Amino acid sequence: MADFFAMGGYAWYVWMAYGAVALALAVEIAAVRARRRRALDELRMSLDPVAAPRRMERVEESR
Amino acid sequence: MLINWFRFSSPVSFYPLAGSWSYALGALAALLAGAGLVVGLWIAPTDATQGDAYRIIFIHVPAAWMAMFIYLVMAGWSAATLGFNTRLSAMMAQALAPTGALMAAIALWTGAFWGRPTWGTYWAWDARMTSTLILLFLYLGVIALRSAIEDPRRADRACAVLAIVGAVNVPIIYFSVQWWNTLHQGSSISLTAAPRMAMTMLAGILVMTAAAWCYAISVVLARVQAIIVERERGAGWLESLIDWRVGDDR
Repeated sequence: MADFFAMGGYAWYVWMAYGAVALALAVEIAAVRARRRRALDELRMSLDPVAAPRRMERVEESR
Repeated sequence: MLINWFRFSSPVSFYPLAGSWSYALGALAALLAGAGLVVGLWIAPTDATQGDAYRIIFIHVPAAWMAMFIYLVMAGWSAATLGFNTRLSAMMAQALAPTGALMAAIALWTGAFWGRPTWGTYWAWDARMTSTLILLFLYLGVIALRSAIEDPRRADRACAVLAIVGAVNVPIIYFSVQWWNTLHQGSSISLTAAPRMAMTMLAGILVMTAAAWCYAISVVLARVQAIIVERERGAGWLESLIDWRVGDDR
């Protein structure tokens, strides 16, 4: 296992490349999902300004 | 086979379709990436000359291909925007730019960490690397141009022109290793010549490329959904896709 992480002496290069990509993709996925959720929340606000904040509170509670 | 494909050119019918495809392709991307990483990091043999540093190829090459391909798709949707003046095509172009930029950045970043142990430098002003950096700047330019123009329809047209003009850079990147004497090596994979690498290496690259395709389509479809909701607010049809239940918050 230690051999695997050592990558034949190239650990810094290989894991900096793979680690950065994993982080970048995770950030992009989270950002896109947050953007879609925000857009839908704003749409609910414009449709029903009374019910929308109540729903957001309930969503927060359910988390 | 009478499918009315034009039905999906309107955001109304496209929105739910985009959602289900995004989830399905996202799951497929995770599966393929898992398999590709097992092949690339464990099963594929250590390279005779580059040691294990070469394993960066399994993310570098798919990301570089995606960066170029996404740009061409973005330019294609941009051409459709100018030609047909359709809203959804402009939204698709808008949704592709950030993922294309990310793929170009990944190609440059992983290339740097591959170049250092093999060429002795993180960066060189070599034709392929410089033209890929220009690709990243073109993506960032399209994104910046959009945020600088208030009227979305005007922004659509301005971004479309920039995206189409910038497309000349893609063949320059692709052929740079043939046209100039570059530090960067030639094509890793050729459709005509016999493979110059172990079958498991080739398989790893192809599986990771399939994963990158699925990932890019999945995340772009999710982003286009957000863009549809942002830009079509005030259109009555959006009301129908709103779910008021809690716990079903996608």
